[in-house]
This record gives sequence, C-alpha cells and structure tokens, in this order.
Amino acid sequence: MAKLKPSKGAPYARILGVGGYRPTRVVPNEVILEKIDSSDEWIRSRSGIETRHWANAEETVAAMSIEASGKAIADAGISAEQIGGVIVSTVSHFKQTPAVATEIADKLGTNKAAAFDISAGCAGFGYGLTLAKGMIVEGSAEYVLVIGVERLSDLTDLEDRATAFLFGDGAGAVVVGPSQEPRIGPTVWGSEGDKSETIKQTLAWNEYDSSTDKFPAITQEGQAVFRWAVFEMAKVAQQALDAAGITPDELDVFIPHQANERIIDSMVKTLKLPEHVKVARDVRTTGNTSAASIPLAMERLLATGEAKSGDTALVIGFGAGLVYAATVVTLP
Amino acid sequence: MAATQEEIVAGLADIVNEIAGIPVEDVQLDKSFTDDLDVDSLSMVEVVVAAEERFDVKIPDEDVKNLKTVGDATDYILKHQG
Repeated sequence: MAKLKPSKGAPYARILGVGGYRPTRVVPNEVILEKIDSSDEWIRSRSGIETRHWANAEETVAAMSIEASGKAIADAGISAEQIGGVIVSTVSHFKQTPAVATEIADKLGTNKAAAFDISAGCAGFGYGLTLAKGMIVEGSAEYVLVIGVERLSDLTDLEDRATAFLFGDGAGAVVVGPSQEPRIGPTVWGSEGDKSETIKQTLAWNEYDSSTDKFPAITQEGQAVFRWAVFEMAKVAQQALDAAGITPDELDVFIPHQANERIIDSMVKTLKLPEHVKVARDVRTTGNTSAASIPLAMERLLATGEAKSGDTALVIGFGAGLVYAATVVTLP
Repeated sequence: MAATQEEIVAGLADIVNEIAGIPVEDVQLDKSFTDDLDVDSLSMVEVVVAAEERFDVKIPDEDVKNLKTVGDATDYILKHQG
C-alpha cells in the first residue's frame, strides 16, 4: 500500500477578527403594528425587541456578507488572499446553486478559496466555526472566514402576530486562524430531528403556488421553542463550559443566539451566571437574525467596549432542526 | 409522598411569586394565569418547568395550553404526580 503524506495543520485555532453589517433601514415596532393587532409594549415584553434592520434590494445576502467580511479581515490584520476557506451559513439565500460562498470568496479577492454554504439555522455560526477550526487544525486552510447572514424579512409573515416582529436581516463574520494555544474550546453540538416541526418554513419551495399560497415564511411553536431553548440549551451551555474546563466565575461574556430577550434572561437565570458576566442583548435593536446573530452581537460588544479582546466568551446557537452548537472562545 | 391539593396550591403560589412577582395570597384555585395573575405564555412555561421539578410530574407542551387556571394546574398535578 502506498504511503500518503499527512497534511500539516496548526496546533490550535482562534478567532482573529470579527465584522458585522446591519442594513441601513431601521424598522421600529410601529411599522410592524401596521399589519398586526398588537402593541409596542406587548412586543417588547414578549421579546425585548425595539427595532430591527430590514435589507433593501441592494443589500443582498452576498453584499451584506462582503461588507461584514471586509471588516472581519481588516480586524484580523490579514489580507483576503490569505484566506483558504469561506463558509457561509444562511437559510435565506434563495438560489441554492451555486453556493453564495463562491461569489463572496471571489469578490473579496481570495485566491480561489474553498467555499461552500451550510444550513444549520440559528446554530449555523457554531457549526461553521467548528468546521473552520477543523480545517485549520487539519491543515486544509490557514485562515477561514465564517459568515452568518440572513434576510429573514423575506421569510416573515407580517400578518402573523406571533412572529411578525421577531426577525431581522444582517451579516456577521469572523476570521478563524492558527493559534499556539487553544482559543476555541470543544464544541458541544447536535440535532433533534424529532422536533423538526417546532420551527419550520410553512411550505417547501416546490409546494408553493403564488396564485393561491402566501409566500413561505418561518413559523414556530412559541412555548415549545421557549422551553427547549431555555432549559435544554442551558444544559448544553453548561456542557460546553465543562468541556472547555471553564467555571462560570472564569467566564467574562455570554453570547447566546439572539432569539428573544426572554429566552436570554431565563437562560442566564437557569445557568446561574455570576453578575460580572456580560450578557449580549443585541436582539433589542437587531431582532433575531438567525445565523448572523452571534457574530453581530460579538462585534457590537467589542465595538461598544462592553467586552474586550482576550475575554472568555460562551457562545451558543440553537434553532430550526432542531439543532444546537455551543463552545467557549477567546474574543479577538 | 404525593402532595395534597393544599400543598400544590401553596407550591404554585411560591413559583408564580418567584417568576412573575405576584403576591402568594393572590394565587387561588379560580384564578386564571394569564387574565388574573399576569403570567404570559412564556412565563407559563417557566411556571410549568418549576412545577415539574417541585412535584415530580411531566407536563408536555401539548397539555400546557389546557392549564388555564391555578385549579386546572392543581388537578393536573394531583392526577399525574409521581
């Protein structure tokens, strides 16, 4: 049997830079209330959301990704040609072939980087980060761009009072690269396909008839999602801390998927996080941006000085699938 | 040992007080969680999970919507507690 040369990777991986893009149009609850019978107070008390951003025709999945990625690359202090992999997590890019990652890799000026899309709902960032870490440690890329991007306004039923106010658009990106020390902990992830009906698109694309059907939208069973997200995901978050060998006292920042502030509050309570842990609450002004929410929240915490480079952060994504991914990272 | 109706109402009162800040004396059998006690649908999930732990009972999501009043929840727990 012929002997194969092994690939040579880095000992460990780390997040080197982060960038975000929020669409220019800010949509307050008043606009949502034009189509549903509700109130600003009700929306805020159920979700914490005050405003969200909706993308315009020019703010495409690719365009928002390129903006966020450019910032992440600059933040990492590398050049686009050094990037060997581009992973895009999205559920709202309406053209499946080719993957939007290839257009992004090209327009950013990478040198023919490996590029592909993944679908892991609101856990997409953690899934992408885990793949990127694997690629770097295995040696198939030195630097990998992980992008979470959504135009969920395209998949929102504005007449559904339970979900019309929840979703927003945007892109968040990180550059992952080599490290001499572990800076991305073990990922605790998984799927629960038996709960696939809990969060879903109302109609498959090939079932949709524009003459009779409402455009497909994301729908969910609110109470079931809340229970799973708070109580099951708190266990997963604890497992990620344990896997990284971090106690809650050593944690500086908690960045859960920005689904709903009530979920965040309840998770913090269930996890018994110490007072000093800074908790991301970007959902208030960004809404739920699915795969984009964690890198967007990370970027904002660093930009406002609420968190700083070198801080230890617990990140956890969870959503449609149901799928989840949690890990402890050092902030760039 | 299984809890009595009185113990369940007292337990639910503690839970509702902890989660929604409602005075324990307001939590009575005939009170509606949403209309009288200001427990919204998400807080109701927290109440249910706390009640599950306290009374060693499983309350599936599909049953939660039938628990309109403190009496409904008490009856459910009396019937299903371990």
